[in-house]
Amino acid sequence: MSAPTRHRRVAGQGAAHLALAGWAALAAFPVAWSVVGSLKSDAEIFASPWSLPAAPRWDNYVRAWREAGIGRFFANTVVVVGGALALTLALGAMAAYVLARFSFRLNRTVRTVFLAGMVFPVFLAIVPLFVVVDALGLLGTQAGLILVLAAYGLPFTVFFLTGFFSTLPGSVAEAALLDGCGHAGAFFRVMLPMALPGLASVAVFDFLGLWNGYLLPLVLNPDPERYVLAQGLASLAVTQGYAADYSALFAGLVLTMAPVLVVYVLLHRRLRGLSLGALR
Amino acid sequence: MRHARTRFVALFLAPALALYGVFVLYPYAQGVVVSFTDWGGYGGERRFVGLANYAELLRDERFWAALGHNAVFLAVLPPVTLGIAVLLAALTAVAGGPGGRLGPVAGAGLYRAVFVMPHVLPLVMSLVLWQFVLTPRIGLLNGLLERAGLGGWAHAWLGEPGTARWAVLAVLVWGQVGFAYLLLLAAFGAVPAECLEAAQLDGAGRVRVVRSILLPMTVRTVRAVGVFLGMLALDMFVAVAILTPDGGPSGSTEVVATYMQRLAFSAGRFGYSATIGVALTVLTLAFALVTFRVTRRERVEY
Repeated sequence: MSAPTRHRRVAGQGAAHLALAGWAALAAFPVAWSVVGSLKSDAEIFASPWSLPAAPRWDNYVRAWREAGIGRFFANTVVVVGGALALTLALGAMAAYVLARFSFRLNRTVRTVFLAGMVFPVFLAIVPLFVVVDALGLLGTQAGLILVLAAYGLPFTVFFLTGFFSTLPGSVAEAALLDGCGHAGAFFRVMLPMALPGLASVAVFDFLGLWNGYLLPLVLNPDPERYVLAQGLASLAVTQGYAADYSALFAGLVLTMAPVLVVYVLLHRRLRGLSLGALR
Repeated sequence: MRHARTRFVALFLAPALALYGVFVLYPYAQGVVVSFTDWGGYGGERRFVGLANYAELLRDERFWAALGHNAVFLAVLPPVTLGIAVLLAALTAVAGGPGGRLGPVAGAGLYRAVFVMPHVLPLVMSLVLWQFVLTPRIGLLNGLLERAGLGGWAHAWLGEPGTARWAVLAVLVWGQVGFAYLLLLAAFGAVPAECLEAAQLDGAGRVRVVRSILLPMTVRTVRAVGVFLGMLALDMFVAVAILTPDGGPSGSTEVVATYMQRLAFSAGRFGYSATIGVALTVLTLAFALVTFRVTRRERVEY
């Protein structure tokens, strides 16, 4: 390679890093700010938003954990998010596979019906949904919340995975069928493993959506004992109004983010290997 | 054989459809029914009033103003967010690579982990944080401007009709870029390396590879993300409700969803609120269908 080309490439990489680092700073700033805020006193937060805390106040975390009940909300969230995620991924992958790879009379209709679920404003359904969940005796129960959240996760999951399954080469599944695998066998043994990168991506998005979900729990999960984290944090931020304990709020926020970031970093290595691998 | 195939299709679709039917389709259908009534909410009688709610909708200036604000969000949010995300994802995916070959930039994993942070933050909380940043007196943004000697640029960002809408929009773009970026990066990563190598051997530069190989081969993902962002722009409920309660200064950030909520839960007019929901649904569906029509391409299988 000639020297000018190399120089241009180095300059190009410098510009790329400049742009990427700029956005990284913007993306990371509120997280960094809430970590700093979680170690300050309320007075410090208001008087000098830019400064570091005079002395780290770890008791903000104790207060958030105990008085704001972050620990309990956390356990509730794990149960609800875990259940809904498993359900929506399993049912969504099965439906998406059939929709992507089989032609049958109602295929287009079913696809459209699922797609429609993404465009309806949830507000249109919220009161009738409340009535349905109540009639089934599931109001305020974790089982009810899991079923509803999984149902509302299906449109995006099905939509995303249908696109993904349809880009996978069909010849492999056909070969498996010729080998006497059966349709279900071809799905579980051949296509599902091949779809893992897509499943992993959609799982991350579903997980984050569920973890941050607010409106549905707000309506269907009224018992403070069973609050999920978003509800708990919102009540800490909003309901307390003027008496809001901002330092505990920041601490609660950090506690809510930490496990998500850990899960993401763990998943991320797998994801990076799967998705960027093709470029290496 | 044919019978087994039908049974398989039915068996795999049934659980998802059952769950979806009971908790999503049925409540929405009920919502449509309610839009023809004067129902006040949870308890109460519902009386059928025919098309009276729909007639009122046509004359409701507040509704049209709110819809106009949604239209502004729709025109700006998807292109700006996608533009930034495509740029960042392309830089991450092809700006680096050993010995002049195409490849991910150094530290790609780190950038990726940081970029997703706004999306990982609980939405409600990131909005509360941004409210802090944009607050006039103690807010971080005005503080920063003053330190930089640009005190004249300070605004009550969320409190002035001229800036509130753009401030809400900026926060939303900030929050959605990471989402679009992740999906685009995964799609770019699924493009076979041979395609990129072949293009490079033919003398294509990096910009050309992005424009002529990566984007055309991932058009389905780009379109899906665009449609998703468009639907978000037609909703905007949580962002507007938390950043600018009461519809913002002089109603400048009122969107259809917040107007619906006000009608249903403050004014006790669930029937009319559902009517607006139906109208919004029709508009959103039309947007999605038009987008898919206009950007339709042949399926690329690889």
